[in-house]
Amino acid sequence: MNDFWQLVVSGLANGSVYMLVALGFSLIYKASGVLNFAQGELMMVGAYVCFWLISSLNLGFWPALVLTMVFSLTFGYALETVFLRRMIGESTFSVIMITLGFASLFRSLVGVVFGTVEKGFPTPLDGLDYRIGGVILWQTQVWAIIVAFGIFAGFLVFFRYAKIGLAMRAAAEDQDVARLMGININQIFALSWAIAAMVGSIAGIFSADLSFLYSQMSLAGLKALPAAILAGLDSVEGVLLGGLVIGLVESLAGGYFGGPAHELAPWLVLLLVLMVKPRGLFGSSEIKRV
Amino acid sequence: MSRSGNYHTNYGQEISIFRTPGQKAWLALLVAGLVAFPFLAGNYYIYVVNFALISVIGALGLNLLTGFTGQISLGQAAFLAVGAYATALLSSHFHWPFLVTIFLAALVTMVIGLVIGAPSLRLEGLYLAIATMALYFIVAYIISHWNSLTGGPYGIKVPPLQIMGLKFDNNFKLYFLLLSFVAGSVYFVANLARSRTGRAFVAIRDRDIAAEAMGIDVARYKILAFAVSSFLAGIAGGLYAYLVGVIAPDHFTFEVSIQYIAMIIAGGLGSIEGAILGAFFISLLPEVLRFVTGSLAESFPVFSGNFLLLREAAYGLVIVVFLLLEPAGLYGIWRNLRNSWETFPYKYR
Repeated sequence: MNDFWQLVVSGLANGSVYMLVALGFSLIYKASGVLNFAQGELMMVGAYVCFWLISSLNLGFWPALVLTMVFSLTFGYALETVFLRRMIGESTFSVIMITLGFASLFRSLVGVVFGTVEKGFPTPLDGLDYRIGGVILWQTQVWAIIVAFGIFAGFLVFFRYAKIGLAMRAAAEDQDVARLMGININQIFALSWAIAAMVGSIAGIFSADLSFLYSQMSLAGLKALPAAILAGLDSVEGVLLGGLVIGLVESLAGGYFGGPAHELAPWLVLLLVLMVKPRGLFGSSEIKRV
Repeated sequence: MSRSGNYHTNYGQEISIFRTPGQKAWLALLVAGLVAFPFLAGNYYIYVVNFALISVIGALGLNLLTGFTGQISLGQAAFLAVGAYATALLSSHFHWPFLVTIFLAALVTMVIGLVIGAPSLRLEGLYLAIATMALYFIVAYIISHWNSLTGGPYGIKVPPLQIMGLKFDNNFKLYFLLLSFVAGSVYFVANLARSRTGRAFVAIRDRDIAAEAMGIDVARYKILAFAVSSFLAGIAGGLYAYLVGVIAPDHFTFEVSIQYIAMIIAGGLGSIEGAILGAFFISLLPEVLRFVTGSLAESFPVFSGNFLLLREAAYGLVIVVFLLLEPAGLYGIWRNLRNSWETFPYKYR
């Protein structure tokens, strides 16, 4: 029975990471209708930048974290403003492909600059564990879950009460009317990318701490895509459930059915969702059927 | 003086691909150039061009699927992998002749294509891209972990290529073999594009609801598009297996899917000439990159070790740059140049 709870714990922790990355997917999709295939790479870039600040510039963890947040906000903002804005109105294919192109570019540049060897990620959370019953909980896992829920709750508050949050919801619901009401849609797009990058960085740092820092970790971030689809691509609220479910499914499948199940389970869930209920659990848009 | 008016005197003239004497002259020149190339170029360059020829076949298939029919597929690498592995298994276990293994491997790939294409009946655009990506990951995982069948991470060795006793053991002979395969594929795809099926494909891309309303069976033609596209990719994969001699899962990573999409974007979506141009451009890009990083390696040591990663970065950069600056690709650039030349000194006809 302990094994089961152990799997549940690691599933929840990984699921929290997926939840944060999926939050990024959702934000960008809801605001501008773009699926950012480079979200995993944004996660990776954030983690590597933080690592570089800590290891090369010898900053403490907390200053490095703050700087990484600032960097990722700027990076996401710049990406949208400089590149994605020109793609407004282009076909879906072009927009998907440009984000895939960026994904490829970032993935390889990070590998070139930082090398492809795996590195451990230094955080103040290393080395301390809790033990409840027979189950070991890493401090990182506990904090990953707490932080993810906290960020999620923060976003719910932000979207409900903050002026900018309301503006983003308005823009997501009806762009033209939002424009008429005086909302600067371009700023909303850029802001959604900035926030997605920042949330991705946090996810990346936790992911690196839960396992290690390596240049293919963006592919692990891509597993958040099943979480976003399960939740419904335009449902920011559903991402909580989507991320946790995928994390749990992956962990339990891997524990009970072995390695292949761990790798394939998220993708099989994705395909199941797409074939049966493409709009996901909480999504709202119509998906075409032939 | 450019072509004007319609001077065909029989139906045969009207439906031929090369209509004017000028076009036929250029065609003859192209054929002469292609035949002369291996006599003039060094062995290494023939080797590089052989890979380019194989990717032309794959790019033609993907262009048919994405450029003509509008079905976004990120699973091209899965098709290539299935074609390559099927060929490798059939030739190394059963020792069947080359043409048989290639054909059967392409059939197997077509079946996988139907599986990967099945979501296209329910999904569109973004969701189809995601579904094909998920199916790619599943296929790739199966291939790299089904050790008893596929040799796992170590791959399979492929016997050398021979047709009826004639051994194709150097790049020179392989070039002509590949050239004939490419010529056949281009001929096939060009005629398909001009036929009723091709028109149905384009109609589905442009407005599938209207196509259905006009009586085009959209489901059937979508399946057909995936089938033909994966058949071609299967041939490309099989030829790749014979060319390389040993195939392993790392030859078919997700980056390969992105590479093929870079080919059709850089070449120009929806045109056969574009697919050919794009395939050559992306295949020859690493050579240019090798040259550039080689000469820069002294001043910037970061360039010296990371060739594979830089190549991947280059593919990403090509996609981004072409989509931002010239979405019609190299063929679009060529068409604009040709039009400016033909209409000079006017801006348009």
